[in-house]
Amino acid sequence: MLGVHNLEVVYEDVMLAVRGASLSVGRDRIVALLGANGAGKTSLLRAMTGLLDVHRGKITRGEVTVEGRPLDTGSASSVVRAGVGQVMEGRRVFVEFTVEENLRVGGHTAGARGMQEKFDRIYGMFPVLADRRNTMAGYLSGGEQQMLAIGRAMMSDPDYLLLDEPSLGLAPKMVERIRDLIVEINQSGTGILLIEQNAAMALSIAHHGYVMENGITVMDAPAEKLRADEDIQEFYLGIGAESTSLRDVKHYKRRKRWLS
Amino acid sequence: MGNLVTAVLAGLGDGAVYALIAVSFVIIFRATGVLNFAQPGLLILGTFFTSVLAVDQGLPFWVAVALAMLIVAVISMGIERVAIRPMIGRPVFSTALVTVGLFIMLLILAFRLFAARARTINDPWQLDQWCLVQGEGSCTVAFYQHHAGKIVVVAVVLAVLGLWLSRSRTGLAMRATSLDQEAALAQGINVGRMFSLAWGIGGALAALAGILLAANGSVVQANDALFALVALPALILGGIDSLRGALVGGLVMGIVSALARTYQPVHAPWLGPNFENVAPYLVMILVLLIRPYGLFGTKEVQRV
Repeated sequence: MLGVHNLEVVYEDVMLAVRGASLSVGRDRIVALLGANGAGKTSLLRAMTGLLDVHRGKITRGEVTVEGRPLDTGSASSVVRAGVGQVMEGRRVFVEFTVEENLRVGGHTAGARGMQEKFDRIYGMFPVLADRRNTMAGYLSGGEQQMLAIGRAMMSDPDYLLLDEPSLGLAPKMVERIRDLIVEINQSGTGILLIEQNAAMALSIAHHGYVMENGITVMDAPAEKLRADEDIQEFYLGIGAESTSLRDVKHYKRRKRWLS
Repeated sequence: MGNLVTAVLAGLGDGAVYALIAVSFVIIFRATGVLNFAQPGLLILGTFFTSVLAVDQGLPFWVAVALAMLIVAVISMGIERVAIRPMIGRPVFSTALVTVGLFIMLLILAFRLFAARARTINDPWQLDQWCLVQGEGSCTVAFYQHHAGKIVVVAVVLAVLGLWLSRSRTGLAMRATSLDQEAALAQGINVGRMFSLAWGIGGALAALAGILLAANGSVVQANDALFALVALPALILGGIDSLRGALVGGLVMGIVSALARTYQPVHAPWLGPNFENVAPYLVMILVLLIRPYGLFGTKEVQRV
């Protein structure tokens, strides 16, 4: 179980980005984390994976645990070694490296042993990468780059994989393929935390979901319950809004509902 | 004709050293994004330690070289840890200014250490030369052994470095760090260690370059550090982030300088003495006007 307990994140000692987020991801689960722009999803992810330092942020309260043991979030490499991999927002593949070199960097913490088997496994999962293994990553299409980013993260054999907006900027067909791949990775025994603005996609495969707003996880429910929730439908799935005029949407109405 | 061949051979010898200095800049620049202006300071310290070890202590030359490189590498890593690491995330310009300050400090230190004395380093080549074509009474085409030695040493060092960067796990991690630090972190690469390593290698290469620079059969003084600045035109010509560019740029600047030394006093004496030290900078200005990213500077591959 990967757990986040009441986490608080502050940037530059003044900007409070996450103020009390809690969630848990089991190894056999896909967990969706939904939220609008600026809700603190990416900050939460950075906090979990030791990348806050680069952005001049700090965890000021709370902790992250893996199988009950606290995770050393001060160092990104110890997070990876502890079995928590991530796919960053915007793919971030090494554009000047070939596909294979990208994967080799992904296996950095594991060392050279068993590298070939891992290549085989990733290439089996993403045949398109096998075809283009000596192509520079910058020349891949957006969808292929996303697959490469996921494959690269899988090279460290993570127990938990955190994905930040894997559907970002992809064609609907490609989004479907990525979605199926996420399910496949989960079925082979890797717990998934899926951070998405594309709530329809995320909720279609997730077992459980969290909704984040203003740095707090405001909702925590099984995915089917979220899918049925009126507010989620209105604010995240874009269906069932009874009024189309913004004038009729009362501000307080939305805020109040989360508390119930 | 004989003059030309002699000049080109000498130029290749000097150019190899310029290339080495330029590479030491590039290694640090690629890994950390900082153009380290303190390199000349590290370079002259390398010369100094070699002189102390090889002449004062009487150690064999190559042992002294290895020890000096090690000492300077450690100093360089120390500088990174103390002065540069805290600057991560600050504007590159501020960090570059810190390195300018470091350069001045190291230079003052070098002046203290040398104590206004000219030193020698006991290199095995001295002023021996091979006469490739014997003319009447004098040698028409000469090749100094120290130039040949420089070419061989630099070729070996750069070949090993290139192989290590492209093949080894750590080399790959280092290149990944230079492409995207945060993404490298996310793969579990210890980026701090990569910075340290890059500065260590950069320092060791600078030290070796300083030693080779001093191996010209003459004496060396603290302000010879300033010769290292020829690496800047070499870098500009080659493209500031390219190892291959640094190599080509260094060799070209060596040859340009040697040709100017041979022909300018005869054909253009009105340009004044020591013009060979100016020539590389003229080339640099030309390059900046025509091709500001240099011959091999990377054009980024990007897909949005």
